[in-house]
Amino acid sequence: MAPSLFDSAFSPLSQALRVRAERQQVLAGNIANADTPGYRARDVDFGAAMAAEMGGSSGALPLRRTSPRHLAGASGDNLAPFIGYRTGGTMGIDGNNVDLAREDTRFTSNALAYRADLSFLHGRIQGLKMAITGSGG
Amino acid sequence: MSIANILGVSASAMTAQTQRLSVVASNLANANSLTSSNGKPYRAHEVVFRTAPVAPQAQGVRVAGVVKSQAPMRRVYQPGNPLAGPKGYVKYPNVHVVDEMINMISASRSYKADANVANAAKALYLKTLTL
Repeated sequence: MAPSLFDSAFSPLSQALRVRAERQQVLAGNIANADTPGYRARDVDFGAAMAAEMGGSSGALPLRRTSPRHLAGASGDNLAPFIGYRTGGTMGIDGNNVDLAREDTRFTSNALAYRADLSFLHGRIQGLKMAITGSGG
Repeated sequence: MSIANILGVSASAMTAQTQRLSVVASNLANANSLTSSNGKPYRAHEVVFRTAPVAPQAQGVRVAGVVKSQAPMRRVYQPGNPLAGPKGYVKYPNVHVVDEMINMISASRSYKADANVANAAKALYLKTLTL
């Protein structure tokens, strides 16, 4: 089935928003666990997750259904394969390697990217509205 | 939705940091309590944090327990004190005020970071709603 006009209009942005939101959640977990002994900081590999979301499966193995009775699985809805532990940096004596300042910076820049995606999406929606109504409203 | 889970994550972290702060307050308040409910000098308490998943891939925090510090008690020579031992030493609580102050600063800093996270998540959520 060919993608509809709306699918192609929102295409990279809606996927990017989903990956950004997931990454935001993982980074929030890092900041929350800044004092938890043994906690290892985690992050989403944005590039790989985005590539998989766009269909070019690099790493994620989408389940192929050869019968309608097969379960759809969690593919496409689960970014777990793209979440990894952060390496490098200093490990505290309690086994925690969260660098609060760096995580805060990543959190803020990811939030900015999310807002940027939102405003691009807003622009697309406005464009479609204009095309539908035929006026500048 | 992922953004909504962030509020749960930072709320759990703020709760945990608040408990840590209240334990610090109780340690500082009892830094000189020579007797407690069991008749022995007060021992410093410490909270232990543990990761608690709020949702898949959303790691919150909870207080797994409060442990008593096993550091040696402070011994002070006070022969006139009615609680002094046979050699004139009194056992004081093993609360180290400087350690507690550092703990307090760390807890309040982490609390601020978590409050910041909650605020940012709220802004993103509202912005998404007005799309």
